[in-house]
Formats: sequence, structure tokens, C-alpha cells
Amino acid sequence: MLSMIIRRIGQSTLVLLIVALVAFSMFRFVGDPVSVMLGQEATETDRENLRERLGLNNSLFVQYGRFVGRAIEGDFGVSYRTGEAVSAMIADRAPATIELAFVSGILATVLGISLGVITAINRKSFFSQVIMTVSLIGVSLPTFLIGVLLIWLFAVELGWLPSFGRSGVTDLGGWWHTSLLTVDGIKSLILPAITLGLYQMTLIMRLVRAEMLEVLGQDYIRFARARGLPLRKIYFDHALKNTLVPVITIIGLQFGSIIAFSIITESVFQWPGLGLMFINAIYHVDIPVMSAYLVMVSIVFVAINLIVDILYLFIDPRIRDAANAGAGE
Amino acid sequence: MIARWLDSDFMYSLLRTPTALISMIVCILLAACALFAPWLAPTNPFDMAAINLMNGFTPPGAANEFTGDEFFLGTDDQGRDLYSAILYGLRVSLFVGLASVALAMFLGVTLGLLAGYLGGWVDAVIMRIADIQMTFPSILVAMLIYGVARGILPPNARADMAITVLILSIGLSEWVSFARTVRGTTIVEKQKEYVTASRLIGLSHLNIMARHILPNVINPILVIGTITLALAIIAEATLSFLGVGAPPTEPSLGTLIRVGQDFLFSGQWWIIFFPAATLLFLALSFNLLGDWLRDFYNPRLS
Repeated sequence: MLSMIIRRIGQSTLVLLIVALVAFSMFRFVGDPVSVMLGQEATETDRENLRERLGLNNSLFVQYGRFVGRAIEGDFGVSYRTGEAVSAMIADRAPATIELAFVSGILATVLGISLGVITAINRKSFFSQVIMTVSLIGVSLPTFLIGVLLIWLFAVELGWLPSFGRSGVTDLGGWWHTSLLTVDGIKSLILPAITLGLYQMTLIMRLVRAEMLEVLGQDYIRFARARGLPLRKIYFDHALKNTLVPVITIIGLQFGSIIAFSIITESVFQWPGLGLMFINAIYHVDIPVMSAYLVMVSIVFVAINLIVDILYLFIDPRIRDAANAGAGE
Repeated sequence: MIARWLDSDFMYSLLRTPTALISMIVCILLAACALFAPWLAPTNPFDMAAINLMNGFTPPGAANEFTGDEFFLGTDDQGRDLYSAILYGLRVSLFVGLASVALAMFLGVTLGLLAGYLGGWVDAVIMRIADIQMTFPSILVAMLIYGVARGILPPNARADMAITVLILSIGLSEWVSFARTVRGTTIVEKQKEYVTASRLIGLSHLNIMARHILPNVINPILVIGTITLALAIIAEATLSFLGVGAPPTEPSLGTLIRVGQDFLFSGQWWIIFFPAATLLFLALSFNLLGDWLRDFYNPRLS
């Protein structure tokens, strides 16, 4: 089992190195960093000096090695557009995105599991039919239209919630800022969090419902009923527990898509996080910011995949046995 | 010929599945609207001389208070007829969708055939790349390719090349599902006797792949193609909505929705509503059609 884990870590490192190669190529070959940094009126000596100082005269392999080394230290150079250090920009904007992703992830998980259980238990009820139909529409609506629809309903027509921005931000000791401590802040978080979490919620709900329906049809549930156990105990202790392995996998893997879709949600609501920073970087062809975002997102994705795979080994004995048998060959 | 076609299993199932029939009719109607946009549209939305600024913000179906002109779906802030703009926008959206699916299909089918037929290190390299790309959501991949392509182009060519770049980025982000399916079916087909027979009579590998195996893996490709088309249309609309897609000079439905969003607060709901509804119909009908095609070709999956 240990060899399996080590092999998976090796694979993940390889993937990260390939992504770093892509990011490095963007950095090195898209546009000329020297002319971007010096501007038009630089002399040939200035250029040569800067080339030497940036190490652009070394072999590509050495340059790539240096890029990876700096990336590990969190140094991605300076933004072409603002001249700020990219690492500082990321540190400044990360709390907004992490908070948004965290709240919508919780929302999607809690609502998804409870609605999934309810629709599975009362399969034929009117409420379940409505939920299932609405979820079908929710899956086919593009994320940005859901955002626009929510803005129209709750900000324009009803006027209950703000339509954009992140207000009521409290600074916590300089390295973290949160909008969860003020009423204004929570209000401004509600619409983006729903927009971002809706797709994940429908996915989790449909999965929990399907798994529950399968488990509820099995003999041990019938036996538990025959023993006269309270229904609540049967549904939650016996049935739900046994549906959780695939559900945990999906929740883990979906966290990656929450990051990707936060780009869309953040632009719709002008939420000052990493996604908005990335879209602006694409628009202004700010290569250092783009490559830093790419490296950062891939670290998150690869780490999640790795954790889910390893969790699987611990949760499901069948996979663990297979891994051990494979190691024995 | 037509009689035989009407009598086929395909038509039998289509005519007895109302969702599929309706979505197919909607698809054909919207495609026709896009194709014949220059003849159907009352005005040319790109001809600045034909646009009267006084006509701005005319509500749908009512006369403008200054000029007395009437517009079926109203006008936007610049007095552009929304109905014409949607027809032309539909044209851009569908064109980008079809072209990027064609690119993804060509790439995916070619690489999938090569991987499945040749095996060995070719297979390993292609499928490793596919695996790595699969780790990331395709919209993120498309955005990255779009950003890199913008960086490579000189700044004055960016607006002109925007549509090409858009097709390239969506096409390159969607090839994996084609490649995986084709590779799987090719591995199965490769072991059948007709392939061995073709080898025995001395046909080249290229000939066997293109003329003998390809026709046998075509049905799943059609299914994935239809579903991918819906995905590509939504991806295009998303990118254009975010301002990193079709330029304002050549607006797609996503660009129109982006423009309309600014007027949501001032009460001009029609500027965003009609393009959004059109996009929804377009994506939803291709999605439903793809679902039906999948069930038709592979009943076990449903």
C-alpha cells in the first residue's frame, strides 16, 4: 500500500512538472520579456544587461530549472500590467476566493445531501418531482446566466441583496480578510455562493438520490425494518452511511470545478478574488499572472486527486487489497 | 430512397420521442435562422449608417417616442434592432460551435485511431496528455489557450483574429472525449477478423485505419459530437460574456448578453432577455437531441 501511495505521489509530481513546463514556455516564448520590461527607448546594451541579469542567455534547461526553483519558493516575477509582485497579488486576493469556494462548497454539500435523501425517501411526492425537474433545468443553464438571473430577481426586482462587489470586509491581522463578520459582508456573499454552488448541489443531490435508492432496495434495510428500528435510524445510520464513498469522491473532485467556475462567478459579481484577477490577466495578456495562476490551480487539482485516491485506499478495503496484490507482483 | 429513410429505425424512434422530435425541429429552425440571417434580418446590425441613435432603448413591439419606428424585439442602447442582432449573433455562436467541434472531432478521432491502432508508446504518450488535460475543466483550458494565443498575436491583429482564436481554444479543449471513445472502440475492432483479412491482402495501416476501422467507430462519434456541440456553444457564450471571446464588432449571443447586463438595473430587460432565451433554446435543444441519440445508439447506457 505504501508503494502504491509513493507511485501516485511520483505521478502527481510528474504532472506538476509538465504543467510547470507549459507555464515556463508561456513565460519564455509568448512575447519578449525584455522589451516588455524595458519599453521602447532602451539601448542595445540595456537589453543585453537585462538579458544577462534575467539569465535569458543560459540554456533553456537551466532556465526551466530556475523557474521551477522559484515557483517552489512562491516567486513568479512581477505583473506586466501593474508592476506588483505576482505572489503579493495572489496573497491579497486568495482569501476572497477561498471564502467564496468554501461557503458554496458547504452549501452544495449540505443542501445536496439533504435534498438527495428527501427525494429518495419520498420518491413519488410532488415536492420531489418539482426538485428533480428544477435540478434538470439547473444543470443545463450556463453558470453566468444563473448569476444574471439571481441578480435580476434578488437585487433588481426585490432589492434584498447587493448585486456586485464584496462589502463589509474585516481585516484580520494583515494576512487574511473576511466578509463573514458583518451583515453587509454576508449579504454580498449570498448570491455569488449560490451561483457557484448550484451546479455542484444538483450533482451531489442526484448522486445521493441514486445511491440511496439502490441501497434502500437491499436486504439488510428490509431486515432492519423488520427488526422494528426507527425509520430515522434506518435512513441515516444504515442507508446514508453506505452511500458516502462515491459521494465523498464527487465532493472532492468537484472542489476543483468550483475553483474553475469561480472565474465565471467572480466576473459576474465583480468579486475581487483570484478568478477576476485571472480574467483580467487574459484580457491584458499579463503572462506572469496567467502562468502563476496555472501553476497554483494545478497544484490544487493534483493535490485533490491525490487525496481522494489515498482516501479511497483507506475507505474501501477492496481497492486496498487490489493495491496490495499489485505491489506483491 | 426517401421512403426507405422514413421507414428506418432512426425515424421510427425519432417520431415516437416527442422531446427528441421537438428539439430536432428547434435545432433545424435555429440553424436555418443563422444560415439565412442576412435575408431574414430587417436591418444589418453592423451597418453603422443604417442605425439611428434616436431609436435607442425602444421597447419590444412598441413605437419609438421620437422616430415612431417599431421593432419586433426592441432595440439596444445604440438603436440597433435586437431581432437582427440576435439573428447575426446566432450565426456567430453556431459557426464557432460547429467549427470548434469539427476541430475537436478531427483531432480526437485522428489521435484516438492512432493510439488504439498502433498502441505502444504512441498510445502511452497520447493518453497521458489526455489524462493530464482531463484533470482540468475544459473551460479553464480554453481560457488559457485563448490567453496564450492573444499573447502570440500582435496587438492590432487581436480583434480580427478573435473568432479564429476562439475556435482554436474551444476545439483544443474538447478533443479528449472523442479520442478516448475512438481509442476504446478501435482496440476492440482491431482484433476482429476483417482487420486481419485486410492485413493479409496487403492493405496499408493507413488504409485500414481510415477506410475500414473508422466507419465502424462513427456512431459514438456522432453522439459525442452533438453533446459536445451544446458544450461548445455554452463555452463560447461564457467566454464572450466574460469579454474574452467574440469582439463587439462581431457579437455572438454571449457578447449580446454581456452588453445587455449593463441595462438590467435601468429596467431595459429586453436587451438581455431575448439573447439569453435564444442561447438557452439553442443549448438545451442540442443537449436533449444528444441525449436521445445516445439512448438510440446505446440503449444500455440509459
